[in-house]
Amino acid sequence: MNELSKTLGGVPVEFLHIAIGLVALAAFVGLNAVLLVWMERKVAGHFQRRPGPFEVGPHGLLQTIVDAVKLIGKQIFVPDGADKMLFWAAPFLAFLPVFVTLLPIPWGEVIVAHEVNLGLLLILAFAGIGVLSLCLAGWSSNNKWSLLGAARAVAQSVAYEIPMLLSVLAVVFVTGTLNLSEIVSSQGTGTFSWEGSLFSWLIFKQPLAAIIYFVCALAETNRAPFDLPEAESELTAGFHTEYSGMGFGLFFLAEYANMIVVSGVATALFLGGWNSPFGATSGPWWFLAKVYVLIFVMMWLRWTYPRVRFDQLLNIAWKWLIPLAIANLLLTALLVKVFSHPLYM
Amino acid sequence: MRKEKTLCQKVGRLWSLMVGLKVTGKNFVQPQITVHYPRQTVDNISTFKGHIQLVGKPKEPSVPKCICCMLCVTSCPSGCIKVVKTKPPKEDTSKDAPGDLQTEKKEPPKAPKTPSKWILDFNTCSLCGTCAEVCPVKSIEYSCDVYSAGFSRQDFVYDLLDDLKVRAAAAPAPKKAEKKASAAEPAVAKEEAKAE
Repeated sequence: MNELSKTLGGVPVEFLHIAIGLVALAAFVGLNAVLLVWMERKVAGHFQRRPGPFEVGPHGLLQTIVDAVKLIGKQIFVPDGADKMLFWAAPFLAFLPVFVTLLPIPWGEVIVAHEVNLGLLLILAFAGIGVLSLCLAGWSSNNKWSLLGAARAVAQSVAYEIPMLLSVLAVVFVTGTLNLSEIVSSQGTGTFSWEGSLFSWLIFKQPLAAIIYFVCALAETNRAPFDLPEAESELTAGFHTEYSGMGFGLFFLAEYANMIVVSGVATALFLGGWNSPFGATSGPWWFLAKVYVLIFVMMWLRWTYPRVRFDQLLNIAWKWLIPLAIANLLLTALLVKVFSHPLYM
Repeated sequence: MRKEKTLCQKVGRLWSLMVGLKVTGKNFVQPQITVHYPRQTVDNISTFKGHIQLVGKPKEPSVPKCICCMLCVTSCPSGCIKVVKTKPPKEDTSKDAPGDLQTEKKEPPKAPKTPSKWILDFNTCSLCGTCAEVCPVKSIEYSCDVYSAGFSRQDFVYDLLDDLKVRAAAAPAPKKAEKKASAAEPAVAKEEAKAE
């Protein structure tokens, strides 16, 4: 890295690190979007005991690319009376925060685009920009159904941000740091001999926080059973009704990229990141395997549960998740402070 | 008024989420129940009413029973059937003496009552079944063709005479072969008796 910096005329190494990281992450997100759409359709097919896409490419692998070409070829139009600047700002705003949120995620022991001491805070902050994009999309479409969809989406996202933050905070209390790389490192080493590598994972020390975080992650990414904003059978397409071709494609892409982000954060926080469960073969492959398992679980949940009603959605957040998250946080704080046990340090 | 549930009951309902996951999980690992066309085909479609096809004469299976009455052509609401009657054989006028034409009235040779062309344009067929209903000799029946997929409109203009010939050639041999087979058996039995 230092040699590269010198050859480029003294560009700061940190800058190079971030630039290369961003390019690699952009490639990763692009590749994953193609892969995940295919995976979703195949998994959906198998849950419904049918093959899914099969003809285009071997086992339908090229289906997503062909669909993307079709989307690109569609006519792009802006509805009459829509606010043009906001209309086109919305899909980009949905998509761009993904790159920032992917920066602090530790894919391997040294593989991290930009290790930030406040990594978790960065992720939570930029996840909030997605809410703004939903709002803009619904408002600028000049369509009352889109507006309704956007209002629901904003309410959902904002309501579920709170228990997400509280559950993550409990993890921070336990590990004492907001730095994702350090959280992952602290999960590899067990303090007691009986712990080994597997039981030092935070999912065993903070099971309630893990469950709350996962439910909030589903709600934040508008995945079923919380996909009311894009409920095809109820609001046409919710906030992205008026978007054709590439606009819709960008929202779609943003949804899958966000799935990777929240799964990555969940893996780093609760599942020990790149640590292997039996202590020997740690590495980025474990991280990716865990991320894909979590994404598979998200898809499993999508094809199992019916969509929640809007009032049920908010009730779950306000009456169940927030009180439970607060209770968990208080209990964790009590245990950490009172016992100050090495188990919790 | 809904009966208010206790906290225990409310938490107990979470178990149904696990049951649901188990159901879909099982479905994921079980084999697929759809028939993967075109790699697999179904064979229980004998009652399916597909496009029409001609019925062959019992003793000449590659010749249709059709007498070219044109009832099906005129009654079809979409006008998608085209039947052309075989032309009568040409009159042989070279052998006639010049005097014969004035005294005798020769009857022109009759046209054979069999079609030379029988075309169905399936693009416009509405599968109403009128043609099969009005046919006086029951020469029209429904096929079991469920796999009608093509790349152009021309793929669905069916030449039903050709189709009948192909089916007749592919069909198992009629009763003549059975008689031969049963005649062969006593002969084989005699040979075996001789060998012993």
